[in-house]
Amino acid sequence: MEFFSYLINGLGLGSVYAIIALGYTMVYGIAKMLNFAHGDVIMVGAYVVFFALSSFNLPLIPGVLLSVAVCTVLGITIERLAYKPLRQASSLSVLITAIGVSYFLQNAAQLLWSSSTKVFPAVFPSGSLELGSLSISYLTLITIATCVLVMVCLTLFINRTKTGRAMRACSEDKGASTLMGINVNRIISITFAIGSGLAAIASVLLCAAYPSVYPTLGAMPGIKAFTAAVFGGIGSIPGAFLGGLLLGVIEIFAKAYISTQLSDAIVFAVLIIVLLIKPSGLLGRRIREKV
Amino acid sequence: MAEDKTPILKVEDLGIDFGGLTAVNDFNLEIFDREIVGLIGPNGAGKTTVFNMLTKVYQPSRGKILFNGEDTAKKNVVEMNRAGVARTFQNIRLFDQLSVLDNVKTGFHNRVVYSPVTAVLRLPSFRAKEKETEEQSIELLKIFGLEEEKDNLASNLPYGAQRRLEIARALATGPKLLLLDEPAAGMNPQETEELMSMIRLVRDHFKIAVLLIEHDMKLVMGICERITVLNYGMMLAEGTPEEIQANPAVIKAYLGE
Repeated sequence: MEFFSYLINGLGLGSVYAIIALGYTMVYGIAKMLNFAHGDVIMVGAYVVFFALSSFNLPLIPGVLLSVAVCTVLGITIERLAYKPLRQASSLSVLITAIGVSYFLQNAAQLLWSSSTKVFPAVFPSGSLELGSLSISYLTLITIATCVLVMVCLTLFINRTKTGRAMRACSEDKGASTLMGINVNRIISITFAIGSGLAAIASVLLCAAYPSVYPTLGAMPGIKAFTAAVFGGIGSIPGAFLGGLLLGVIEIFAKAYISTQLSDAIVFAVLIIVLLIKPSGLLGRRIREKV
Repeated sequence: MAEDKTPILKVEDLGIDFGGLTAVNDFNLEIFDREIVGLIGPNGAGKTTVFNMLTKVYQPSRGKILFNGEDTAKKNVVEMNRAGVARTFQNIRLFDQLSVLDNVKTGFHNRVVYSPVTAVLRLPSFRAKEKETEEQSIELLKIFGLEEEKDNLASNLPYGAQRRLEIARALATGPKLLLLDEPAAGMNPQETEELMSMIRLVRDHFKIAVLLIEHDMKLVMGICERITVLNYGMMLAEGTPEEIQANPAVIKAYLGE
């Protein structure tokens, strides 16, 4: 029974990674860049929910919606101001800019809201569902359910709508997409909007599990989710989902059965092994170089 | 053909430089409604560069492109497509990992309008629009004999079928002028034969003009009503297929002295 309870906890943690990883993977798939500021969007999302709930006494749902709205606008703004001027620049310049944006957001948060840790209010009912000897906290259930819902909606959006179709087209060949009348800049904006909106949702789930809010809160989950995206095959949406869940499960198992201190090291070791065997990640496609 | 009408495309003294290199200069062309015009010339003559200027992939350095009598100087690639210029590519550029049907649907991108909100809520108007796109796309695939393949990935199609799909996808954008960049490249004589009747059919069915780049002289001489010859970025000759075949400058450019 212990095994199952670890497994469920792992899936809960993995669900948060998966939602964050979607942001990395979608942006990479379409803009072909690694948005290292993505983790810090989560941090901004967490602060917005925190203030909405504790300073303005908003209920949870409006608070989350506000946070999603703020993060969506933030994501689009970051893309417009920092990345769009570099569309023709080398990927290294864009990468370094992304790291710069990340530091900017962290320091802006520190300046605005101080570096002291704020305690995130309890937003979900505590307690847990008892199934025989197995007990699953409501938070874990809500987290997993949210992740599944996000995944289903996103898959439908990508596969069944014209914007989703245009996104898939852009990820393959931007030049040909423009010649089909698709406004690539608009598609990239939408991608950033969706990824950042998802980051806001992830921030609530993350802070419900680890209830402290501070300016560098996004860094570690960001890196883990990035790892999950690479693990699953960066650019692939099902890959981000699978990679996130697996990473969460591995992390919890490593903590439970091997060592709490070494758990992160084990997670990254697994990543290295997967990449050695399958360099494009679990579900990633081999990238053909155009000649 | 109907000299009294305004041409659908009128190109005046078009030129482009890349750094110090003049790739195309003093290029003139007129295409009238429902005409099939050929653009030929030796390798490196600047034919694809002309296509890239007509679609605004490259911004011309000099000259004018009038489409439907309207100056297109301020238009970008997407606006040029919306105005009614669509193209295919010399090396096929389909969306390989999309289904055959989805490839055609991407062409309809600007012709289907619904707000993201209706899509998220899956309102009836969204469903109706998507259904309409689907029906129109299948209609197009039928014309090109590809409806059986609609759920296959584009990359799994045989070569000739990929070329046909590219034409179908371009037509899905609703063009008035279709630019075909070496449509017969890599086709066997029978496929080329079929392609020729298909290009005529496309012109008649969709009531559009066609400008094509091609090296297969049988195709060019067989279906083009007028031909323009480009050599070293300059216009060498223009005229009917018979005139071009008899033109000494053209023969010299192709065969040397």
